[in-house]
Amino acid sequence: MSGPRSTARIFAIPLLLAVLSGFGLVAALLVDGPLDLLWTLAIAAPLAAIAWATRRR
Amino acid sequence: MTRGGVKRWYLVHKWTSLVCTAFLLILCLSGLPLVFEDELDTLLGYETPLAAVAPDTPAPSLDRIIASVRASRPGEVMTFLSFDEKRPIVTLGTAPAANSPFEQVHLQPVDLRSGAFLPVRPLRMGIIAFLYDLHESLFAGIYGTLFLGVMGLLFVLAVISGVVVYAPFMRRLDFGTIRKGRSKRLRWLDIHNLAGIAITAWLLVVGVTGVFNTLDQPLAMQWRTGQLAEMMAPYRNAPPLRRLGSVDAAVATARRASPDMDVLLVYYPGTFFSTPHHYNVFMRGRTPVTSRLIKPTLVDADTAQLTDTRDMPLHIRALFLSRPLHFGDYGGLALKIVWALLDLMAILVLGSGIYLWLGRRGAALDRRVEELVTGGTVPEPAE
Repeated sequence: MSGPRSTARIFAIPLLLAVLSGFGLVAALLVDGPLDLLWTLAIAAPLAAIAWATRRR
Repeated sequence: MTRGGVKRWYLVHKWTSLVCTAFLLILCLSGLPLVFEDELDTLLGYETPLAAVAPDTPAPSLDRIIASVRASRPGEVMTFLSFDEKRPIVTLGTAPAANSPFEQVHLQPVDLRSGAFLPVRPLRMGIIAFLYDLHESLFAGIYGTLFLGVMGLLFVLAVISGVVVYAPFMRRLDFGTIRKGRSKRLRWLDIHNLAGIAITAWLLVVGVTGVFNTLDQPLAMQWRTGQLAEMMAPYRNAPPLRRLGSVDAAVATARRASPDMDVLLVYYPGTFFSTPHHYNVFMRGRTPVTSRLIKPTLVDADTAQLTDTRDMPLHIRALFLSRPLHFGDYGGLALKIVWALLDLMAILVLGSGIYLWLGRRGAALDRRVEELVTGGTVPEPAE
């Protein structure tokens, strides 16, 4: 097993997910219209991450 | 972080979670169907039907609509008019007195194009009303709402402390690790950590806006004694209102004051959201953001002269803007489905949290902290 991970490395993906979904949550409020689907996908990013991790062997 | 630090944060996470989890489960479960309230309304046939109207039918004035509703409700007075945001429907509230509690208000929807009365329906019906009351107040009124606000604050603390103890746990693990071969407990611990950290931003947004929403009533009262009182200052010593003037004229005055906005609500003199002397016409904007905000416009109920119109204070505007962020009803059906899935993930985090606590109730605190700082990678002696 490799050595301990740095705090930056531990939070890299969680932070990316938080920024993506947080951005989507606010953008969907500010901009209406066809881009709604794009913001929705950004908000759904954490779901994709959970699905990826649970399906991995 | 020192072992003592981990221990302290672990205890914060444990106790804030333990106190609020049962209530949060109720909120997540009752909130799930409420995400689809509009769709359920249509599905259950609760939506007010709207008949076709011949194109050359002259639309009646608001004053005529008001007169016909008043004639149908003898012994009651008008309290407000509420305009549907999407369809040509105005709902008129009448009650025994201008300041009657909302439960006594009779709601009569009217077709704006023809003046025809539409079927009377309460705001929320059946199972939706039940879930809404449960979610908003645990059936306990304002005290229930404020109690849920405190539970929401504890939940926000639980999420933050959960993020803090995530770091020591993951020192030797990659993101998304779920260990399947070892114990059942370890697998659920991994799932709890993964789902929790992945949806942290959403949990915080829905949690904080939910807490904010529980302050709805206190903030309304504070607005009434604050900004509304300032706006009506010139009328503080005015003689009582002589007669109720035209609502059409008052609405026209409000439209002139805010030409790029639409009328949402008109409150009658003597009601909670108005003064003894005015129609208070609440206008809403037309952009995605301004349509969430409302602007009070005080119009002299006798002369239809404009008294004052102001943007609401910053914290009230923040409250209005925070509502969609709690309900998830602002990006179409796709967003609602994502909202529901995120809610299910929240239920998974809460449920696995209870399971993990139940499995460890007997264990010494030091051993639980050991599990955190080693990420469960060191096999422990058999129980």
